[in-house]
Amino acid sequence: MTQSVKKPKVAVWKFASCDGCQLSLLDCEDELLAVTEQIEIANFPEASRAVIKGPYDLSLVEGSITTPHDAERIQMVRSVSKFVITIGACATAGGIQALRNFKDVNEFISVVYASPDYISTLDKSTPISEHIKVDFELRGCPIDKMQLVEVISAFLKGRKPNTPAHSTCIDCKRRGTVCVMVSQGKMCMGPVTHSGCGALCPSYNRGCYGCFGPKETANTSSLSSWHKKQGSDNDEILRAFRGFNAYSEPFRKESELHEKENTND
Amino acid sequence: MKKKTRTIKVDYLARVEGEGGLHIKVKNDEVVDVKLKIFEPPRFFEAFLRGRDYKEAPDITARICGICPVAYQMSTVHAMENAFGVQLDRPLRDLRRLLYCGEWIESHTLHIYMLHAPDFLGYPDAIQMAKDHREIVERGLKLKKAGNAIVSMLGGREIHPINVRVGGFYKLFSRQEFEPLIETLKWARDAALETVRWTSQLTFPEFEQDYEFVALRHPDEYPFNEGNIVSNKGLDINCSEYEDHFEEQHVEHSNALHSILKKRGAYFVGPMARYNLNFDRLSPLAQESALQSGLGKECRNPFKSISIRSIEVLYACDEALRILEAYEKPEQPFVTVEPREGIGYSCTEAPRGILYHHYRLDEKGIILEAKIVPPTSQNQKTIENDLKEFVPKYINLSKEELTWQCEQAVRNYDPCISCATHFLKLDIVHS
Ligand code: SF4
Ligand code: SF4
Repeated sequence: MTQSVKKPKVAVWKFASCDGCQLSLLDCEDELLAVTEQIEIANFPEASRAVIKGPYDLSLVEGSITTPHDAERIQMVRSVSKFVITIGACATAGGIQALRNFKDVNEFISVVYASPDYISTLDKSTPISEHIKVDFELRGCPIDKMQLVEVISAFLKGRKPNTPAHSTCIDCKRRGTVCVMVSQGKMCMGPVTHSGCGALCPSYNRGCYGCFGPKETANTSSLSSWHKKQGSDNDEILRAFRGFNAYSEPFRKESELHEKENTND
Repeated sequence: MKKKTRTIKVDYLARVEGEGGLHIKVKNDEVVDVKLKIFEPPRFFEAFLRGRDYKEAPDITARICGICPVAYQMSTVHAMENAFGVQLDRPLRDLRRLLYCGEWIESHTLHIYMLHAPDFLGYPDAIQMAKDHREIVERGLKLKKAGNAIVSMLGGREIHPINVRVGGFYKLFSRQEFEPLIETLKWARDAALETVRWTSQLTFPEFEQDYEFVALRHPDEYPFNEGNIVSNKGLDINCSEYEDHFEEQHVEHSNALHSILKKRGAYFVGPMARYNLNFDRLSPLAQESALQSGLGKECRNPFKSISIRSIEVLYACDEALRILEAYEKPEQPFVTVEPREGIGYSCTEAPRGILYHHYRLDEKGIILEAKIVPPTSQNQKTIENDLKEFVPKYINLSKEELTWQCEQAVRNYDPCISCATHFLKLDIVHS
């Protein structure tokens, strides 16, 4: 069957990140060749040295903005893209590198660099949506590859992607995992964490550490008091919210409360 | 005399993990300047690890690199266990090797089929290559998937596994649950044999240098998690002595530190180094297949790293099967860990070479100091040296061809730029 319809052009962009989210695309071993029959990978440096000029129908953006140069580059990405989807916690919430946002970045630089003068970095790691209009945000550190396939197919068909915003806790109940918080007294972020991984960690006997970021209307303070009742100290709770999505608003506010509590003691 | 100046510039190196560029300046057929530029933005892992609990560390360091998270988790847990005086017994130790096998298979196969082979066959990428060589690319994808099958079962997921903890694992599997994996790996071992045959038939540029190879060496295993750090020029040290012998240099053009041996300068880590220093520790099948394919027990041509990676994939399949076939479910998924004040060191073999970690911890197990030296920053200087030698030999090629060949020479090292620059970024001098 030959198709003369022009395939949508897709570009993949990288900012501050670990490459894990874009690797998810190459990890779609069963779908990769089929997907590339429907789209044209026009700019994906990690996989190809060929670059097809923009504009692009779809841009997948990985990573957060941490340098003045990247703050300019993301504007360029927006201007050559019809549709922008951010992939992963870095792009969507600033990522683990956003831990600098709570500290003095110059001190960070001096810890790791011999000549701090050479370093050009912003004092905050920020999500893409703080810089440009984003059409869809996919959660996870890393994203779930089946969700990525779903988002790309939805885009191709012009429909809304099916990526529910309920909590990881609900996914646990659905798959019938015994609650690790109730039965084993483990600290778990499941009740405030966005669905997407299928409640993986509790099925491996450990609490969720929130890598998919906050769910819609996350009740973080109630979870904190629950953890406190179970014996977690303030530092532990503070660190639990200062993870891969530390700069997302609900987690940031909650961690700042605990930080204040520490300084008040 | 007329001076001829040529500049080879690759602003954005493709098919490497991360962001880097290449700048080579040639004057009168002589290379006057080579710069492998790395412009990944800094993420400051060593800085924000301070104040974190040792239990969180394997999940945090995994995020340095999405291509080799298992390596970061392994180096982290070993360093912590070293600090706390914890020893794992055989079955748990074997499971760690199994997990590492999965990562080697996955990461090496990605590089062989998707990133490196297109250079040898003249395609911009594996997707274009698949148009003419669909079966080969499909075999590569399936082989990669077999490696991922190990990591996603034992680790919980392929990227940033969730089942690794200081002291062992969170969850164990029964022998029966592993059964389907054994079947997958039997297929994979055959596919790996095919891969060795296929890569040995590629055409390699003539190119050899007198490298100093550095890798782990273990009394009776091909190295993953343990062993002394050794070289073909007499180095033989415990990993706690790493910082006495190696030094990181701050170079201006790259955002990653260059690591050198204090006494001798550039060195070479990764599959070629492991192979040259540990050929006798490969399984009989891997040794035999290497010799049959014409590789020899030693190999100094970095372009042949694609074949050596194939041998390591074969070894990893073989070793994974050995572990699974001997597997009996341990009593406990982890040994109990009591934190104490101290310092821990470790070095493990990431797919791209030795990965050094060093932590200082307080009595509660809170991290006070962290140092991480990834493989790519160790190879950077060697990559630049290779280009200095390589370019004059092929100077008569067209600019287009020479540029591609230089890119290929960089890709020989499978540089993982995200790793190399997880902490160090310099401002680049734009030319
Ligand atoms: S979100 Fe996580 S997996 Fe994705 S690029 Fe960032 S650190 Fe890597
Ligand atoms: S359970 Fe939580 S931490 Fe684990 S993978 Fe899912 S979202 Fe991430």
